[in-house]
Amino acid sequence: MARIDVTVDGLRYVDDVEPRLLLVHYLRERLGKVGTPIGCDTSNCGACTVLMDGASVKSCSVLAAQVDGAQITTIEGLTDGGEPHPVQQAFHQHHALQCGYCTPGMIMASVDLLHENPAPTDHEIRDGLEGNLCRCTGYQNIVRAVASAAEVMRGGEGSA
Amino acid sequence: MTETTQDTALVGRPMLRKEDARLIAGQTRWTDSITLPGLLHLALVRSPVAHGRITRVNLDAARELPGVVAAYSGADLAAELGTLPCAWPVTPDMVHPDHRPLAVDEVRHVGEAVAVVVARDRYAAADAAEAVEVDYDPLPAVTDMTEALTDAALVHSDKGTNTSFVWPFEGGDYDAARARADVVLARRYIQQRLIPNAMEPRAVVVEPIAAAGEFTVYSATQIPHILRLMLALTTGVPEQKLRVVAPDVGGGFGSKLNVYAEEVIALVVARKLGRPVKWTESRSEGYQATIHGRDQIQDLEIAATRDGRILGLSVDLKADMGAYLQLVTPGVPLLGAFMFNAIYKMEGYRFRCTGVFTTKTPTDAYRGAGRPEATFGVERIVTDLAHELGMDPMEIRRKNWITHEEFPYTTIAGLTYDSGNYEAATDRAVELFGYSELRAEQAERRQRGDRVQLGIGISTFTEMCGLAPSRVLGSLAYGAGGWEAASIRMLPSGKVEVVTGSSPHGQGHVTSWSQIAADALGVPFEDVHVIHGDTESSPMGMDTYGSRSLVVGGVAVHLAAGKVIDKARRVAAHLLEAAEGDVDFADGVFSVKGSPEARRTIQEVALATFAAHDFPEGMEPSLNSEVVLDPENFSFPHGTHLCAVDVDTETGAVSIRSYVAVDDVGKVVNPLIVEGQVHGGLAQGIAQALYEEAVYDADGNLSTGTMADYLVPAAPDLPEFVTDRTETPATSNPLGVKGVGEAGTIASTPAVVNAVVDALRHLGVQDVPMPCSPERVWRAINAATGQNSDEAGAR
Repeated sequence: MARIDVTVDGLRYVDDVEPRLLLVHYLRERLGKVGTPIGCDTSNCGACTVLMDGASVKSCSVLAAQVDGAQITTIEGLTDGGEPHPVQQAFHQHHALQCGYCTPGMIMASVDLLHENPAPTDHEIRDGLEGNLCRCTGYQNIVRAVASAAEVMRGGEGSA
Repeated sequence: MTETTQDTALVGRPMLRKEDARLIAGQTRWTDSITLPGLLHLALVRSPVAHGRITRVNLDAARELPGVVAAYSGADLAAELGTLPCAWPVTPDMVHPDHRPLAVDEVRHVGEAVAVVVARDRYAAADAAEAVEVDYDPLPAVTDMTEALTDAALVHSDKGTNTSFVWPFEGGDYDAARARADVVLARRYIQQRLIPNAMEPRAVVVEPIAAAGEFTVYSATQIPHILRLMLALTTGVPEQKLRVVAPDVGGGFGSKLNVYAEEVIALVVARKLGRPVKWTESRSEGYQATIHGRDQIQDLEIAATRDGRILGLSVDLKADMGAYLQLVTPGVPLLGAFMFNAIYKMEGYRFRCTGVFTTKTPTDAYRGAGRPEATFGVERIVTDLAHELGMDPMEIRRKNWITHEEFPYTTIAGLTYDSGNYEAATDRAVELFGYSELRAEQAERRQRGDRVQLGIGISTFTEMCGLAPSRVLGSLAYGAGGWEAASIRMLPSGKVEVVTGSSPHGQGHVTSWSQIAADALGVPFEDVHVIHGDTESSPMGMDTYGSRSLVVGGVAVHLAAGKVIDKARRVAAHLLEAAEGDVDFADGVFSVKGSPEARRTIQEVALATFAAHDFPEGMEPSLNSEVVLDPENFSFPHGTHLCAVDVDTETGAVSIRSYVAVDDVGKVVNPLIVEGQVHGGLAQGIAQALYEEAVYDADGNLSTGTMADYLVPAAPDLPEFVTDRTETPATSNPLGVKGVGEAGTIASTPAVVNAVVDALRHLGVQDVPMPCSPERVWRAINAATGQNSDEAGAR
């Protein structure tokens, strides 16, 4: 067993974990943070994306044992001073989700994308989200949402 | 009823979705998220071979592992598990083999389940499944439909044949049409096998109340109502003691329209142990265990006059059932039977479908279910016919389609299309696409012999959805009806509860039904609460698939609201001391003709009904109303899609330069949702054209066994779509609505493939088999031009 001391969505947890326990299972089953879903078993789909020390990671490809000392933010901890994050707002405004299953990972990946590139072109948004699969939306509204959120986060108004 | 003034109407407005708030915050309840005290986890042991006799199942080692509570073989549970249902015996003599949830004697596809282990956590369950020892005596794999039809190696030796059924259909006189044709073109097209890949893997949780013999089944299903009945019939759990809940469901596309082995196994194990159990598939497991889509060999023949008039069409399909018939497996290709004639007038139509068993995962409904296959076949062959005759492919369509003045039109396949306007949709698409400019550029590139050639693909489609008039389903021997239920309750505080029998899994029904009900009742959008997916709170329904929910379920909501208004008017008349005929209703208010100050809001009527303090004798203290609507006809959305592709003739790489979709889905309730459905449909249809294929090797192994091998498109793989609409209301329902969920998928595959072929026609290419990967395009070019033939042959 490995002892980990990790902060998830602002709360500190100290736990003993099996070496093979995936971070996503730790989050979902040990901490009850079921907002982060599992979509595949080959790290292709990105539904499980969370932020680890501010950078996006696929939590199915991180072992719980690896997050000792880290700060994890899941979709459940994403907020903008108590309000929905601009990316979350934009997803709603632009109908960038249908079933919602890919959405947590898509939002977390988008947050990281915009952190690295605050003014991406549509092409850069598509490339930046290559690791997040969606079967419902065809991606078009997701791209619109991310572009709009980027504008809001740069101090603009976002697109209609 | 039209009591809502035009400018306050919600129907037609791009209302943002009520569903979103929870979903963007991760406050979701997927089936795998459900946790219960004492929950046990199931893991399935699956066959690694495509075909074999089970000679030994040893559970000893598995049972000894820490955390393991139980382990069962197929033989252990055979009596309790029974067999899985097929709801569609398409012919009286259809060969319908027993499909056991756990195989007992023989396995017939890679991934077929043979044993189940039960453990305290999912890791222990996975370890236990690996510790189960199963021996198989290999039997021949049957992977090629043409070979399967020779019956040389049988999938089901007890049935003596690999043919499940032969289903013929005729309209008009094809032989006569063929006899007088100037041109007869024959083509073979392959519909490759697809893996649906809804983002949420399948999962089921069963919660027993053992002493009462009651069970709650939570399942990632599209069909909670149908599943309830089927589980009751299969397991013997009395239907009234069975509650089925579809919690949040993360996409389906038809792959969750089924009664699966794991659902039956979970229920039986939960009953046996008296403990709650959960099973969740891994993605790779799902590739073997969840139904596949499409998989047809299509032999088409089109007969036409020299000037391009289509006289007749003949279709011969071989449809791969897989190893077993699941819920609607044999019926899926038959849904296309009525659609090959599509938007075209003709004098003779012949259809024949042979259902074939192979040692593969069973096929079943996948977005479009039979209609994408039909639209592909006809749109490809009509395009090929145009080329053969030296006609513009747009011109040949205009020459043969049903004109808008001819609706309602009864087709050669016997369906009556209620309304449509192919001319308007096409004109709009051509305008948005820049058709003539692109043709000019294509000509220039050809003339120059550019490395990158431009292709233009057309797809003018219609489809039959809004499943379905029950009498038609009966005539096709389908086991259930096609109605949908809606009930509306007005709460004492004036809020509204809408109970629907539809079962959304991304389609936004809560928002759309709120718009419909709010308009009809004159109440605020926010005051409407929509209940679905739980047989306890939504006891009656026929669930969601086949682009049926708005057309049947949404219209049912509208009609139920009408009944509420009727009841409320009676109460209002009593309260206002007026004759019922003198009471008007508009924008949520009842008023007396000629006395505008005499009025009651519908909320006041609801509260007065609750109190019922001075109701006259015989007036029921309730406004609650229910409608079960059986649609009078199918719904026939249509559209024109245009696709421009750049094809690199040296590498075979295909890139979509532009994609225009003009769709007519009748009156639109929520344009945001409609556009989203079109986008998603386009993505899947384009993916079939360019990226996806479920590949089995000769031994029956699924080579594309993970998401790393099977190419579900990501954002950079798809273009930006240009979408628009025309609006020709349906005449078969009072809202004038048509279905949209599958339209994008139905239209887009032939639009893309027609474009790829169009780019290479001048090189002699006539077809590129799907998916049009760079290698396949390259091979087609080289085969046609005879270049690099040694290399092509050596590969």
